[in-house]
Amino acid sequence: MAEITAPAYRIIPIIPALKPDAMVESKPYVASDKIQEAIGFPGKLADDWQVTHDAVIAKMGELLSKYRSLKVYLDACVHCGACSDKCHYFIGTQDPKNMPVARQDLMRSVYRRYFTLPGKLFPKLVGARDLTKEVLDEWYSYYNQCSECRRCSVFCPYGIDTAEITMAAKEILDSVGYGQKYSNEIIGKVHKIGNNLGLPPPALLDTLEGLEEDVKEDTGIDVRFPLDVKGAEVLLITPSADFFAEPHIDSLIGYAKVFHASGVSWTLSSMASEAGNFGMFIGNYEQLRKIALRVREAALELGVKRIVVGECGHAWRVAYSFWNTLIGVGAGASDPYAIQLQNQLDLRYKQPMHICEFTWDLIERGGLSFDKEANDKHIITFHDSCNVARASRMGDFAGGQFEIPRNIIKACANNFVEMRDGATREQTFCCGGGGGLLTDELLDLRVKGALPRMEALQQVKDSHDVNFMATICAICKAQFTKVLPMYGFDRRVVGGVHQLVSNAIKLGDK
Amino acid sequence: MSLLFALLFYLAILVLALGLGYKVYDFARTPAPLLIPTTPAPTTQGGVALRMAREVFLFESLFKSNLWIWGAGMMFHAGLALVLIRHLRYFTEPVWSWVALIQPFGIYAGLLMGAGLCGLWIRRIFVERIRYISTPSDHLMLALLLAIAASGLSMKFISHTDIVGVKNFFLGMMHLNLQPLPADGVLYLHLLLVAALMLIFPFSKLLHAPGVFFSPSRNQIDNPREKRHIAPWAADLEK
Ligand code: SF4
Ligand code: SF4
Repeated sequence: MAEITAPAYRIIPIIPALKPDAMVESKPYVASDKIQEAIGFPGKLADDWQVTHDAVIAKMGELLSKYRSLKVYLDACVHCGACSDKCHYFIGTQDPKNMPVARQDLMRSVYRRYFTLPGKLFPKLVGARDLTKEVLDEWYSYYNQCSECRRCSVFCPYGIDTAEITMAAKEILDSVGYGQKYSNEIIGKVHKIGNNLGLPPPALLDTLEGLEEDVKEDTGIDVRFPLDVKGAEVLLITPSADFFAEPHIDSLIGYAKVFHASGVSWTLSSMASEAGNFGMFIGNYEQLRKIALRVREAALELGVKRIVVGECGHAWRVAYSFWNTLIGVGAGASDPYAIQLQNQLDLRYKQPMHICEFTWDLIERGGLSFDKEANDKHIITFHDSCNVARASRMGDFAGGQFEIPRNIIKACANNFVEMRDGATREQTFCCGGGGGLLTDELLDLRVKGALPRMEALQQVKDSHDVNFMATICAICKAQFTKVLPMYGFDRRVVGGVHQLVSNAIKLGDK
Repeated sequence: MSLLFALLFYLAILVLALGLGYKVYDFARTPAPLLIPTTPAPTTQGGVALRMAREVFLFESLFKSNLWIWGAGMMFHAGLALVLIRHLRYFTEPVWSWVALIQPFGIYAGLLMGAGLCGLWIRRIFVERIRYISTPSDHLMLALLLAIAASGLSMKFISHTDIVGVKNFFLGMMHLNLQPLPADGVLYLHLLLVAALMLIFPFSKLLHAPGVFFSPSRNQIDNPREKRHIAPWAADLEK
C-alpha cells in the first residue's frame, strides 16, 4: 500500500468535486470462519451465489418487519441532496458513494427491486437493481465507510439516519457469512474475557494496583481503584482502553480522584470491564443485548446502587438510550425482569449516570475544589463526540450533553475556546474512527475522514494557539492520537475531560 | 369521455386511499425496538409535537442544511398547499368562506409552485452531487408536477375553461350522479396528469409525506432513562 498521508485542507471549505470510485478498494479484513462462528454467524459466504442471494433478501425482509426506522427511511427519501455534503467521509474522500444518500441508495436500490411495485416493474426508472455479488461487495466496502455518526440525520428533512441503514447492512452481511474481522473479533473477546481488549482479570487487577501506586507517588494520597467490591455504592463501567491506553488512562485516574473526593464507594467489575458495545456497530440486537447483559449481571452480583459510565461515545449511547430497554438499567419499568434490577438501584439518581454528570453534580454542590492554574499550560477546545452529541443526553434538559462537559472544563481550567459553528454540538464531525472502523487496514479512510475536524482544530490553533482538544470518547482518543501527527499536530493534543479534572483537582484539603 | 374520466378518478381515489392507508398501517405496525431520536430531542410529548410541526411547516432541518433547497422546496410546497386549498371550490357547494377568501392568491400560489419546481429541477441538473443521486423517476416526478402546474395555469392565462362545468362534473362524481365534463384538451391533460400523480403516490418517494410522521429520529421522546421502552419481539428474548 502506498504511504498514507493526510489530504490537504480545503482553502475555502466548499463542497468537493466528485471522484467516483475513489474509495471502492477500501475494505476492512473479512472475518474468518472461526471469528464468525464464535458469535453465532455463518463462517463464510455460501458457495452457491443463489443461496446467498436468497438469504440476503430474506434477511432484509425480516429487518424491514422488525425496524420501523429501516422501513420508513428506505421509503421516504426524496433525493433532495440536503445530506449529500454532510458526511466527513465524503468531504475527506470525495467519493460520491460516501454521500449519505448515495450510501443509503446502495441498499435502497435493492429494496426497490425486491420489495416495491415500481422497482419490480420498471427497475431502471426508479434506480432499482438486482442483487449481485458485485452489489454485495459494494455494500461491504461502503457500509464499512460509515461511522454511524448520525450527522446526516440532523440535516435530513425526514430525519433519515444513514447509521440505521448501515447497521442493517452489516447485520445482513454478518448473517450470510460476510462479517468484518475487527468488530466481530472484539465481540468474541468481550464474551470470552470480559472486555474488548482481551485483558484478563488478573492483569486488570495488576494494572489497577499499579495505578494506585502511581497516584500515591504523584499526590501522596491513597486513591483507590477497587475491583469487584461487593456492596459498593457505584459500579463504574468504562471502556477498557481506559485501563492502559494513552491518553485514556489519565481520565481513569481522574474518575478515581473524583470518587475519592466525593467519598462515594465505588468499584469496577472484572466481568463487565468494558463499556463499549460493538453489538451496536454491527446492528445485531441479540449481540447488543448479550453484551449489555454482563453489566446487568455484574450489577446484580455486586449489589450496587448506582451505575456510572466512563468517557466513551457509543458506549454512552448504548447505556443512556438502550440499557433500560436491553437490561432494565433505568426507571419506569412495569415488568418483573426490569423491576428486579430497578428495585435494587437507587432511583433518586439517574440510572445510568455519565461520569460527567457525576462530576458536574459534585462541582455544583461545592464538593470539589480545583487548582485551575494546573491546567494553564493548556489552551483547550472541546470535540463533541458524535454519539454523545446526537444520540444521547446528559442532565435534565435537551443539550445537557453539550453544556455539562464544557462546564466541567471551565470549572477546572482557565483557557477554553470553541471551534467554529457548524463543527460542534449537534453538528459536530465524527473523529473518523467510530462505528467499528478503528482498525489499521482502514487507516487511509480514517485519516481522510478526520479532515473536517482537523480543519476546525487548525483554525483555533492559528487564532488562539489551542493546544489541547478534550473529548469524552475512547475511540476519539485513540483515533486522534493516531491521525493528529499526520496533520502536523502533536499526538498529546487530544485528551479526556477527566484528564483535565485529574490535573487540577485538590484532594488533600477535603 | 366524461365517463372515462369519472372512472379514472374513482380508480385514482381508490388506489390513493387504499395504497396510502396500507402504507400508513404498515409503518404503524412495524415496531421501533430502540429509542433513536436525533438529539438534542424534546423530552416531552408536547415537545415532540412542536418539533414535528416545525419540521412539517417550516422544514427546520432542511433550513439548517441548505438554504437553496429549503427556499425552492418551501416555495413549491407552500404554493402547492394554497393551490390545493383553492381547488376545494370545485368540490364544495356553497364554497366555504375561508376558501373563497384565498381565491385571489391562487394564481400567485400557482406561479410560486412552478418557480419552486424549476428551482429544484435546476439544482438537480446542475449541481453535480444531486445529479449523481438522481434517478430518471426523480426527473419525471418534477416534470409531472411542473406539467400539472403549467396546464392548470394555462387554463387561467391562455385558454379559459368552463369552470362551472368542471365543478358540476366533480360535484356529480361525489354524488354518484354523472355530469358531462367540458370538452377541452388542456383540461383533459391537467386531469390526466393529476390522476397519474394520485396513482403513483403510494408507490413512490411521495411517501415522504406520511413518512416524516413515522420517522423515529424525529417522533420519539428523549426519555429512555425515565421509561422502559421495549418492542414485543425484543421482550420475547427475555423469556
Ligand atoms: S452516519 Fe455519519 S458516517 Fe454515516 S453516512 Fe451519515 S454522516 Fe456519514
Ligand atoms: S436529506 Fe434525506 S431526503 Fe434528502 S437526500 Fe438525504 S436522506 Fe434523502
